[in-house]
Amino acid sequence: MAYLDISKVGISFARAGIRTEVLREVDLQVERGEYVSIIGHSGCGKSTLLNIVAGLLRATAGGILLDGKEVNAPGPDRAVVFQNHSLLPWLTVRENVGLAVDKVFRGRKSRAERRDWIEENLRLVNMMHAAEKRPAEISGGMKQRVGIARALAMEPKVLLLDEPFGALDALTRAHLQDQVMEIHARLGNTILMITHDVDEAVLLSDRIVMMTNGPSATIGHILPIPLPRPRNRLELVEDAASVHARAAVLEFLYARHAAPALAA
Amino acid sequence: MSMTATKAALPPLRRTAEATTRRGSGHAGTLPRMAQPAAAPKRTPIGPKLASLAGSLATRILPPLVVIALLLLLWQLLCSRPGAGLPPPTKVLTDTWDLIVDPFFDNGGIDKGLFWHISASLQRVAIGFSLAAVVGVALGTLVGQSTWAMRGLDPLFQVLRTVPPLAWLPLSLAAFRDGQPSAIFVIFITSIWPIIINTAVGIRNIPQDYRNVSAVLRLNGFEFFYKIMVPSAAPYIFTGLRIGIGLSWLAIVAAEMLIGGVGIGFFIWDAWNSSKMSEIILALIYVGLIGFLLDRVVALAGNLVTRGTSAH
Ligand SMILES: Nc1ncnc2c1ncn2[C@@H]1O[C@H](COP(=O)(O)OP(=O)(O)OP(=O)(O)O)[C@@H](O)[C@H]1O
Ligand SMILES: [Mg+2]
Repeated sequence: MAYLDISKVGISFARAGIRTEVLREVDLQVERGEYVSIIGHSGCGKSTLLNIVAGLLRATAGGILLDGKEVNAPGPDRAVVFQNHSLLPWLTVRENVGLAVDKVFRGRKSRAERRDWIEENLRLVNMMHAAEKRPAEISGGMKQRVGIARALAMEPKVLLLDEPFGALDALTRAHLQDQVMEIHARLGNTILMITHDVDEAVLLSDRIVMMTNGPSATIGHILPIPLPRPRNRLELVEDAASVHARAAVLEFLYARHAAPALAA
Repeated sequence: MSMTATKAALPPLRRTAEATTRRGSGHAGTLPRMAQPAAAPKRTPIGPKLASLAGSLATRILPPLVVIALLLLLWQLLCSRPGAGLPPPTKVLTDTWDLIVDPFFDNGGIDKGLFWHISASLQRVAIGFSLAAVVGVALGTLVGQSTWAMRGLDPLFQVLRTVPPLAWLPLSLAAFRDGQPSAIFVIFITSIWPIIINTAVGIRNIPQDYRNVSAVLRLNGFEFFYKIMVPSAAPYIFTGLRIGIGLSWLAIVAAEMLIGGVGIGFFIWDAWNSSKMSEIILALIYVGLIGFLLDRVVALAGNLVTRGTSAH
């Protein structure tokens, strides 16, 4: 059985007496150490799916198993990096990571070990130099890096990234993508990432999950990316397999499942 | 129904909240910004540094001084004519000189210096306001956190908060049969509403993101309360406290006029009964200055607690 097993997951919301089915029969198996991206048009239900895996939302149909155990509540084994960093503004960078480390490892690591662990994770994302700064004093890219450090510090079984680089400029984004790729290569994390960016999906993923448009969105197609690692963004520009993968994703998104607003 | 009622009732308060915080942070922001050019280069000689400090002081203190001087002059001119209803500033000063220079005399009974009157009023405010702060934050948290508590309590709050402070006085006199606890109760009941309402707004405005973070970390109720809820709602809570302390000071002067005894409110009433206009004017100046100081103290405490970082 797969490490993360999402089977026949569906969810509908009732608002003002009207039920809308957002997801239907979503089936996805993710292996340990695999990097899977989810791509789809805005509003199709990507964040909703990620929140179900995180346990922040309850599926109304189907279920999720992680490492053989059923997921039914949020927990640090499924750390989330949210779309808008969600650092606590009254804590410093170190304290933000510390909040997670102290909670998750209390009783398992000594105070000194926890302090070292906090610093190790800040170093992993190159943020030690700003450890005593507050979120308002650092740039958007830095905030996102701290968010990633906080999530990694929980030693999650699966790392959930909701458009982690969506709000960043192209250069910062490329830099962070390289960092995440390096961390993934070094630690072998299992990662589920939502993205809007086709190049990003091809560069980072082992597989790309393409979702159909809502309501009742589901997985339309899963594309394996058989490119060898380590990958280099410059070489991929010309690489035939990479060009082919990009074309396949673009074809899915813009020819077969055009954005609902544009198709109408 | 009660949802819409709250929403309709809250915006004005929230707007006050934002206005005060913005004003507060504006103040906090101007000082460092003005000080910075002088402080930034390390090897600046002391002379220019002092000069720029003096300059910034002058730009802040000079305009109000000029305005006050002009107003005093106008007042002097208007009230110096024979048959004027109020004494001119020079007469106020000569009439009340004894009270100004010796605020600490105590001839027993209510014949005391202004220091004693003011400190009696401040004590009542301190007790009533502290009670209101504790109870208000607790109730506000409950109302902000629980939909059911909000539905049940909010309509009650919305009606009770419009009752004028002094309307509570007869009831509390009947209940406590004594002036002192009655005055404290009036302070309590006057200042608690903005504290409750602002705290509730602050709690309800805790971003979903922070709740998600705490859910992923599995913070328990207690950890959530003091690690997420209180710091996140602190700017709102302090806005409520600031409005509350202002209302307390408004209410205490009026309440003391009615209950008598020692206190700045009764001092004013007593002066009115013996037609000592100059003493009333002196007392009003003190009341204004102390109200201003109370407001600054709560604002300062708020800035310290939120460490200058508001929720956004
Ligand atoms: N709590 C909720 N109640 C009702 N409807 C909801 C709720 N959460 C999400 N939806 C609906 O589900 C749909 C999918 O939302 P979701 O945020 O998952 O989209 P998304 O794919 O992440 O979009 P984006 O790419 O813009 O972030 C939307 O139409 C949204 O209105
Ligand atoms: Mg989303």
